[in-house]
Amino acid sequence: MTALTPDTLLIQALNGLASASSLFLVAAGLSIIFGVTRVVNFAHGSLYMLGAYIGWSLTRHLASFGAFGFWGGVFGAALLVGIIGVLIEMLILRRLRRAPELYPLLATFGVVLIVQDVTLAVWGPEDLLGPRAPGLTGFVTIFASRFPVYELFLIAVGPLLLTALWLLFRRTRFGLLVRAATQDREMVAALGVDERRLFSSVFFLGAALAGLGGALQLPREAVNLNMDVSVVVEAFVVVVVGGLGSLFGAYIAAVLVGIIQAFGILFLPKVTLVLIFLVMGVVLAVRPYGLFGRVAASERQRSPAGDRVLRPLSVTARVLFGFTILVIASMPLFAGDYAIGLIAELLILAVFAASLHFLMGLGGMASFGHAAFFGIGAYGAALALKVLQWPMAACLLAAPFAAALAGLLAGWLCVRLSGVYLAMLSLAVAQIAWAASFQWVEVTGGDNGLLGVWPAASVASRGAFLLLTLVVTVATLAALRVAAFSPFGYAFRAARDAPRRAEASGIDVRATQWAGFVIAAGFAGIAGGLYAFAKGSVFPTYLAIDKSVDGLIMVLLGGIGSLTGPIVGAFAFGGLEAELMASVAFWRAILGFVILALVLVAPSGIMGLFGTWFRKARNPALPA
Amino acid sequence: MTILDRRSFVAGATSFAAIGSPAVLRADDAIKIGEVNSYTAQPAFLKPYRQGWELAQEKVNAAGGVKGRKIETVFRDDGGKPEDAVRYAGDLLDAEKVDVLAGGFLSNIGLALADVANQRKRLYLASEPLSDALVWGKGNRYTFRLRPSTYMQAAMLVEEAAKLPAKRWALVAPNYEYGQSANKWFKDLLKKAKPDVEFVAEQYPALGKIDAGATIQALEAGKPDAIFNVTFGGDLTNFVRQGTTRGLFEGRSVVSMLTGEPEYVDPLGAEAPVGWIVTGYPYGDLNTPEHVAFRDAYKSKYNEMPKLGSVVGYETVNSIADALSKAGSTDNEKLMSTLEGLKRMSVFGPIEFRAIDHQSTMGAFVGKIALKNGLGVMSDWSYRDGAKYLPPDSEVKILRPAG
Repeated sequence: MTALTPDTLLIQALNGLASASSLFLVAAGLSIIFGVTRVVNFAHGSLYMLGAYIGWSLTRHLASFGAFGFWGGVFGAALLVGIIGVLIEMLILRRLRRAPELYPLLATFGVVLIVQDVTLAVWGPEDLLGPRAPGLTGFVTIFASRFPVYELFLIAVGPLLLTALWLLFRRTRFGLLVRAATQDREMVAALGVDERRLFSSVFFLGAALAGLGGALQLPREAVNLNMDVSVVVEAFVVVVVGGLGSLFGAYIAAVLVGIIQAFGILFLPKVTLVLIFLVMGVVLAVRPYGLFGRVAASERQRSPAGDRVLRPLSVTARVLFGFTILVIASMPLFAGDYAIGLIAELLILAVFAASLHFLMGLGGMASFGHAAFFGIGAYGAALALKVLQWPMAACLLAAPFAAALAGLLAGWLCVRLSGVYLAMLSLAVAQIAWAASFQWVEVTGGDNGLLGVWPAASVASRGAFLLLTLVVTVATLAALRVAAFSPFGYAFRAARDAPRRAEASGIDVRATQWAGFVIAAGFAGIAGGLYAFAKGSVFPTYLAIDKSVDGLIMVLLGGIGSLTGPIVGAFAFGGLEAELMASVAFWRAILGFVILALVLVAPSGIMGLFGTWFRKARNPALPA
Repeated sequence: MTILDRRSFVAGATSFAAIGSPAVLRADDAIKIGEVNSYTAQPAFLKPYRQGWELAQEKVNAAGGVKGRKIETVFRDDGGKPEDAVRYAGDLLDAEKVDVLAGGFLSNIGLALADVANQRKRLYLASEPLSDALVWGKGNRYTFRLRPSTYMQAAMLVEEAAKLPAKRWALVAPNYEYGQSANKWFKDLLKKAKPDVEFVAEQYPALGKIDAGATIQALEAGKPDAIFNVTFGGDLTNFVRQGTTRGLFEGRSVVSMLTGEPEYVDPLGAEAPVGWIVTGYPYGDLNTPEHVAFRDAYKSKYNEMPKLGSVVGYETVNSIADALSKAGSTDNEKLMSTLEGLKRMSVFGPIEFRAIDHQSTMGAFVGKIALKNGLGVMSDWSYRDGAKYLPPDSEVKILRPAG
């Protein structure tokens, strides 16, 4: 058994503090950028990774200058990454200022994909080991244990940086503007402050901090191609736990996460996968705005759906839908097995995206963890087949029930929050579900998954399975459409657009949102159940963050203001990804550029663009 | 006589003349291999793998192909996701009409592909995935594997670990199936070999996200005599660097899976952990004629030394080519019965695809990490024939319900 001597506890606390400082550097930049620009910068991890890679190259070139070379390299990397941040802001995000909320997120996701491939192309696939920091290579002995000097240095960096930022924000005009914009950016703009310069400088600062964070990892970690995604999620957690916009909160949260992580390793080594999300879940359940967060004073509620009112399908659209269904239904007559399989898969993704859209578009609740219900549906169906030996039809029915049950629980937690807090809490819930699927090996098979979930003989052929999928998809999408225009749907949208007025007119907002959450979860479960049979196997990846992000991208890409949007988005993104992956090596970069181009051309999604064209064609006098 | 007789292959191009002139090669007549792998997700291992693959394919085709037909490969990137691997396996079988499926790096993807093979009744040669379940617990008659499994590599290291005086062992492994089963086998087999050992600390850092400082302190708290390590890649690098500074390895033996593979030891440069007992690949010092020929060909084509992935890719193609030419057909049933019990020469020595569980007996090298020209290499190594590190047939039959 592990001997818990006082020095073990002390060293472990120091380890926690060292990790906390690293995390804080990234989280601080993220927090500042979000506070001022309201951009959920998914590419922040990419900036961190670039900082590490650029730092690696610079310190190598400057190695002959000793300590100057090392620190010059580190700060040079921070500076360069800051400039990259400004470029991202000026070239991409600036053009999306008027796009509905969350569209900048889609753009930053495109940047993530591009940076991944650029980094691979420039620095190659191997992990790179950076130099040790000159003068800080040794260790000090604390009781009987050795502790690296560099880690001590990092422990000091956190509070030092916090102080420096505090001074910057309290003592300079720039800081004043940043704080003002964090509280009410419309007012700041109304007072004649140059928003462009403010946003660019904020992006420079945030990106440089991320770059610095990355470069400071050189002496302690190998630089690798997976640094981006792993750090950005943790940084988000820290920002949210601390309270959006609060730097002090972010530091405290980083310390909390670092310390809990270090002691978790000591006491419960297997829980490390999920510990950070458990912390976030608990904090948000107790303090819905994080430890030090406050409700922004005069935040004008902007619906993520934009301000377009939902309309029933036009006759043209009905004819188009009918035609599409006919074409797909007749595919088994003329198309090859692969094409049939791919279309079946895209239909399933469309159901998944539509269920998320129901939550985001109609309910105004953006979820970063919707894949949890997709995955739970898939596991539900697979377990019903493998363990209970139910027939396939019963398994497909079990899927939405399993997912809705999970949605009942998760929804109860999540609907008490809104905006980014809700999104992050849903992410925490999803990560906990993911960890359960990963570690509950006896039931889920762990990361090796559940195999042999193949469809019944009657629908085993590709064509038959496509028809089944088509029937379920059309029924599901129709049901979602009916729900949207039912009294419940109106109440749901009312709760999104004007919660107080809805409450005043007798709608129980919380209960309506909860019900909407459960419905969305159930529909995601339908998709998951079908997906399990389409793939023949179920893995924890079905619940992973990537899948949730995929769903988000499909919804945004298609256009959030229309019920057709998620369907178009699923076909566009899913189809494009499948075809690119099959044909080109650098598919991520191309996909990233396509996403960027689409976002810039159609800043409210593909359907938004069609909508604009359509109205212009009818009434040329309208402005674009 | 088979076209791809290994000895004539190694002896050089001249001997190929003796085999007989190849038939006219028509591209549309080529035998197609479908290969699915996590190229963008695991580039460090899979770039050399792909190079080794292409080298072997070029050699086979330069020698006239298989029974006069060239072989060609359709590659697919699954991005590290089993669901995408399943889609592309379908794509390869349905749209590309490949004759044979191969590939896989991550164990869960290997298992997903094996399940597709089982469902579609098509041959799948898993090149890299190490999971024991692939040929045992979830093994099926359509799936074969080239590389030594987790069990085999753990058994090789247990043999060395049992010779050490250490009684108190600490274990560290990435938190997923591979790490967990490596630890499980290591504990089971070592306990059997040396009943008085005890296991005083176990750490399971999340794959790719090790918190090295805290993990090391937790291992240290167990006051172990020796450490068994299963981490690799970036986790290993961080573990070694922090562990060295913190003195974790001083006065302790470390036994470590895969660390002698150039993929994982090269990034450590001069900080490679000298003295660790590891499985790996001594590419620079292995001077059997088969290996020298391979290494020279690889170096002259790519201007770099082969890595273990290169060998795996190279031997996957050669195994398929040998099976094809021996079966004289692309009929999967015939190929499978040919592969069962197929004996051939690899760059590591003779191997056999066992009929009992479809596992090849390709072995691994066990040795100690040493420094040479600022780079970690293996010293005092010896080849461990995989055939000797598999459980007795009676046990295999229990482990493999598929028969």
